[in-house]
Amino acid sequence: MKNKFIIAISALFLFGFGCKSDSDYLNIKPTQVLSTELAFSDPAQVISILADLYNRQYDYPRLTEWVTFGDFNESFYSENGQYNNYHGNSTWSFRGYRGPDVSGKATYFWTPWDYTYIRELNLFMERCATATSLDATTKASYIAEARFLRASYYFTLAQYYGGVPIILNSLEFNGTDVTSLQYPRAKESEMYDFVIKEAEELKLLLPANSNTKARATKGAALAMESRAALYAASIAKYGATTPSVSLSGGEVGIPAGMANAYYTTALKAAEEIISGSAGAYSLYKKQPGNLSENFAAIFYDKTQNNEVIWVDDYALKFKRHGFTQLNQPRFGAEEEEGGRINPSLNLVQSFEKLDNTFAPLATNDGSGNYIYYTNQQDIFADRDARLAGTVMIPGSSFKSRPVDIWAGVQLADGTVISGGERGAQKILPGKTVPEQVVGFDGPISGIDFTAQTGFYIRKYQDPAIGSGQRGIGSAVWRVRYRYAEILLNAAEAAFELGQTSTAAGYMNQVRARAGLIVPLTAGDISFDRIVHERRVEFAFEGQYFFDLKRFRIAHQIFDGVTLSKTDLLSNLSKATKRSTQPYGLLPYKYYAPGSPNNGKWIYKVDLSNKVTASDNWQLGNYYSEIEADILTRNPKLVKQPNQ
Amino acid sequence: MKIKFHYILFFALYAIVLSCKKDNYDAPKAALTGRIVYKGEPLNFEYNKVSYELYQSGFGKTGAIGSTFSPEGGFSHLLFDGLYKMVVPIGQGPFVWKQNTAGKPDSVAITLKGNTSMDIEVMPYYMIRTPQLTYSGGSVTGTFKLEQIVKDVNAKTVERVTLYISKTRFADSQTNIATTNLAGTAIADLNNVSLSVTVPALVPAQNYVFASIGVKFSGVDDMIFAPVKKLTF
Repeated sequence: MKNKFIIAISALFLFGFGCKSDSDYLNIKPTQVLSTELAFSDPAQVISILADLYNRQYDYPRLTEWVTFGDFNESFYSENGQYNNYHGNSTWSFRGYRGPDVSGKATYFWTPWDYTYIRELNLFMERCATATSLDATTKASYIAEARFLRASYYFTLAQYYGGVPIILNSLEFNGTDVTSLQYPRAKESEMYDFVIKEAEELKLLLPANSNTKARATKGAALAMESRAALYAASIAKYGATTPSVSLSGGEVGIPAGMANAYYTTALKAAEEIISGSAGAYSLYKKQPGNLSENFAAIFYDKTQNNEVIWVDDYALKFKRHGFTQLNQPRFGAEEEEGGRINPSLNLVQSFEKLDNTFAPLATNDGSGNYIYYTNQQDIFADRDARLAGTVMIPGSSFKSRPVDIWAGVQLADGTVISGGERGAQKILPGKTVPEQVVGFDGPISGIDFTAQTGFYIRKYQDPAIGSGQRGIGSAVWRVRYRYAEILLNAAEAAFELGQTSTAAGYMNQVRARAGLIVPLTAGDISFDRIVHERRVEFAFEGQYFFDLKRFRIAHQIFDGVTLSKTDLLSNLSKATKRSTQPYGLLPYKYYAPGSPNNGKWIYKVDLSNKVTASDNWQLGNYYSEIEADILTRNPKLVKQPNQ
Repeated sequence: MKIKFHYILFFALYAIVLSCKKDNYDAPKAALTGRIVYKGEPLNFEYNKVSYELYQSGFGKTGAIGSTFSPEGGFSHLLFDGLYKMVVPIGQGPFVWKQNTAGKPDSVAITLKGNTSMDIEVMPYYMIRTPQLTYSGGSVTGTFKLEQIVKDVNAKTVERVTLYISKTRFADSQTNIATTNLAGTAIADLNNVSLSVTVPALVPAQNYVFASIGVKFSGVDDMIFAPVKKLTF
């Protein structure tokens, strides 16, 4: 029968082929996983691994998460989901939690603890070193880059946690003894020593090329060294003011005696970049005719930008972000949203006048009457050019379109006519036709995406067409190190070492670029000046957060006490000035037909009714919490102080 | 096919008898309650601020049961019987918590057998004595004395005193409608400290407010409070 024949043939096949060498049969190499050997066989392949490692650096703020930008009352968050998290909540958790994100998930912003990343960096170096098909030069350059990333990541960890275990090779579990994988925390000073030592070695291995921005260079290594040494020095010096923020084992806190050595290192590293030995870095001055636009362009101009040293780079279609889409002026925006970050008056008024003095924005004259301004921008005249480069002030433009920020119409008797929607229309007294009484960008209290403080953010906004669209996005890079910081690092280190005239020299370079051409003298440089200069130069760049921590002034600035209007408008130059609530400055149009002031602008200091809490920085906030889960897995880790 | 009913019954019975064999723990039943006191007098804090940790060893990883004291200085847990240790982390609380020589917080051993109530004695930096909170003519006035308790090397200075008023029982730095502050340096006489604050418009209207007094010490996060008082207009 035919069937029998087929069965017999099949059986034969089964015996003949099916059972051929069982062990080989199951041993098939997966086609979708590259073996280590294959992965390290080709330089292009290795670069793609390295690119992933670059992408996993931890940044704060992050362009992909807009709420990381303007905390600490440097701005008001004009989004319905955020009022309660940021303005109705006075505390930060020890891991930087301010409230759930839009989807209700807990978001921790100060928790870089990622030893998987460190392990993969270590593995990368080890595998690269033993790879057979790469030549020695290529290997060395890749390993140097990975070492830079590792040092940079340990620096990040030190900024958040103080001392953490320093693991410099990949660890393997021997199958029995888990304690062989448990390492104690290093001292905080050892963290910075490690970063400085690595940077000193890496500067000789990495290329001195100021045109490379997204990859490690000599400039980036030196910039990291200068910042790390400066942080260590200030923790040593100012940590003495908060003795309870330390651990007896030195995991948190650096002895005050070490400050001077660190300041010297910081100054030396900064001056090495300033001397030009790391490449041709200089302040960005391409648009001398418009200093504000010039300042904003540092962040979006990617061609021949000699100020920028190291960035987290973006490219349209591949790696992009929606920062512009989320923060662009709401009126006429490319998408039906924007305007989330509203810089606060606290920040805006701290920009100096061109004669180097501090003054609140003049809303009223000596006898309490409003001051009338012909143009909206007049109240901001004669101020630091960085103001308009950081913040969109009323009357300014973005993408050649003016922003429309005004809160209402004020009548001669003091009544305010306003509306509850963007660009609302009302009939003014003596008229018959309704006309616009509120700007199309607000501000309207409680309506999100309007400029509720009277300002929008300018820094990091992308002027390219389409940058505000969800489908296109923005490729503006996130600047990690730039030349102005090197100058200010040098200024701070020199000041702390008693070289005040050197300090003034460096600081004046940065200030002159912002239009503050009256130089400061050696005697003008003070702790308050240093802190202030960094606050305005690096607003919304994340430096403020770390400065607050390393100068140990956060608990004085956010002391949980309600910020009164008088407090807000006084002592502008003081580093420890209270800033527990974000204020706004709202423009109103004056309507009094026949009066010479008709149609002019007045300004009012305002606190949104969404701001109900006064921020309170706890001593435990100076160092991020090491989660209980991590502590239980490794009993050798000691807990952070005050937590 | 014919389904035989008694088979189903048999299987159901089988499932019930075998699967519900005692395979679960009872829920914890022993209540541990108590308060933080100074010489028997309870201390008051702010809600969700002063944290403590309970440890029970002998079950693998030693993680803490973490929580915070209630505004009245109390704590309460439903636990299994056993040996526990309570710790207040260094730097928490407006009081001195004993430390061992290694700088770690000393622990309070708790033997839990059935419902247990225990008060824990601590040394607050200062005590608020005879707090008087009164309402008159649109403002709330608080008068009190401050008595320094800790006078050794751990002594702290008063950074400020604050009078909080609130629409709810939570009258503290996180929930309030008006506050007034007095810097520690501005206090002339510790035996006669007085603060007053104007009651703002209440929306929606109510004919009472709650008030409390908090004292903040330099270098300490958590404040000590006077008991919250309801003031009816």
